[in-house]
Amino acid sequence: MSTTTAAARPVAPAPETTGRKISPASGKRRRAIAQWGFVAPAVIFMVLFFGYPLVRNIVMSFQDYSPSTFFTGEAPFNGFDNWKNVFQDDLFGKALWQTIVFTIGSLLGQFCIGLALAVFFNRHFPLGGLLRSLILLPWLVPMVVSGIVWRRILDQDTGVLNSFLGLFGLGDTPWLTSTSVALVAVVLVNIWIGIPFNMVILYGGLQEIPKELYEAASLDGASAWRTFRSITLPLLRPVITVVLVLGFMSTVKILDLILALTDGGPADSTQTLGTLTYQNSFVQLDFGAGAVVGNVLILISAVFAVFYLRANRNEGK
Amino acid sequence: MATITRTPAVPPTAVNKPKRRWGATAFGVVVLCVMLFPLYWMVNTALQPEAGLLEVDPFPSSLDLSGFSSAVTEQGTNLLTSLAVALGAVAICLAISAPAAYGLAQFRLPGTKAIVFGTLITQMVPGIVIANALYSAYVDLGLVNSYFGLMLADASLGIPFAIVLMRSFMVAIPREVIEAAQVDGAGRLRTFVQVVLPMSRNSLITAGLFSFLYAWSDFMFALTLNTTDDVKPITLGIYQYIGAHVGDWGSVMAASVLSAIPAAILLVLAQKYIAAGITGGSVK
Repeated sequence: MSTTTAAARPVAPAPETTGRKISPASGKRRRAIAQWGFVAPAVIFMVLFFGYPLVRNIVMSFQDYSPSTFFTGEAPFNGFDNWKNVFQDDLFGKALWQTIVFTIGSLLGQFCIGLALAVFFNRHFPLGGLLRSLILLPWLVPMVVSGIVWRRILDQDTGVLNSFLGLFGLGDTPWLTSTSVALVAVVLVNIWIGIPFNMVILYGGLQEIPKELYEAASLDGASAWRTFRSITLPLLRPVITVVLVLGFMSTVKILDLILALTDGGPADSTQTLGTLTYQNSFVQLDFGAGAVVGNVLILISAVFAVFYLRANRNEGK
Repeated sequence: MATITRTPAVPPTAVNKPKRRWGATAFGVVVLCVMLFPLYWMVNTALQPEAGLLEVDPFPSSLDLSGFSSAVTEQGTNLLTSLAVALGAVAICLAISAPAAYGLAQFRLPGTKAIVFGTLITQMVPGIVIANALYSAYVDLGLVNSYFGLMLADASLGIPFAIVLMRSFMVAIPREVIEAAQVDGAGRLRTFVQVVLPMSRNSLITAGLFSFLYAWSDFMFALTLNTTDDVKPITLGIYQYIGAHVGDWGSVMAASVLSAIPAAILLVLAQKYIAAGITGGSVK
């Protein structure tokens, strides 16, 4: 990368092309091979790190893994046993439900607050750009670290949140230790993490709405709310779709944050499909059961991938 | 391909109503304080190691750095591991995705559309699913508990994003420029290294920064692809630390502060690339 940007920089004179005869067909093939040389490593990498795991997970879900499998190398096929076991376990339904609550709750909060902040920062004011970029910081910190910091903040007896709420006489919420509150607490922390991302993308979308439209609306005497509903929202729709679908993808599979905050507890009350896959495979060492839950997770993501691609395609038109 | 290309955000113009402007700034500062409070609290707790399991004061009364010194003693190697793994992942990621982005942008190979489509799809595969299958493959290949294995897995976090991002820049390079270089006798590889890469400098930096942040923040692959303490990045180190030393919040928080430093530095030094990456990479 030490080269300068001079694209037109003189290149050493080309050696005269000598009378080496290349038939057009073989020259063409050589060119194609050379061109594939650029693309092939990436294709191979993606097949190995994304394609292979998808196929392998399906196969694994029909195999009987036990803690000894990795010594003996034996994982006999066992038909639908893994699937039956997982679906009959109450924990699966619980985790599925909690995944839905976690995902929808997080998305709603992140999106609404992110949109409000994007609209706010879209009005230019002194230091607006600086403040807007500093808000990104929580999103850049490793998620597992954010989770651990919040674990301290949310501590029932000595955490700062309860000390603060105590000033108003409300300071005794067992944020992470009660089965009925823990999921709410996890959602709140995830909203905090997701706000910057939502804000930045929605802000980018707002920036592209032509200013003339707002001028025309204000000339017509439209109220702020009316302008937001009739101009901002409709024109922002494609960006809104993208931000929600991407948010869904990254939220539904979350693992780091929940492990750092609660490890799925108390009493599995914050277990989601992501943490359940982890628990099955890497704690119980039942990779077959882990693969079943993982496949369900893929299926859910795939449905939303279709939404995403359809939205993307409509945009291209 | 049905993609939208987004131009980078326009810098603020100076058309404002003068009134209410500083009021908005004040509100913005309040929002920022609320959003950054947990990070302040992380630093604050790190500076009060004597508090342990007790309540932490709102401000550190003295500059007690013993939390940091114990964090460095106990997590210093893990920080270096994180750095080595993240740099390795960036190198792998760029070496694989930059040529691919160029090929997919300029060569008109058959199957280009399918590959770009596939790249978009890979971003939707849940990481834990990849880890689930990768673990047994890694066991067979002897890549569990290895630096190289973790670098490869972490590179997978950045590669799809890097290809999509750089390709959208490289599509805009005029064909004439590339043809001119080739007429001058530069080979395909030389054209790529001497003409295309310098012209795509910004997208290359953005892709590199993001793959670094992805790899640095990775916890899941570190947790699942390591069974011993041989390769332990800082994220895994901190997680295991709270399991083992519940009372020692001062040094946990100090280690957390250290692990957040790269993000803070990049945000200050490379703000424009970060913003470009978030918008360019996600709104494709």
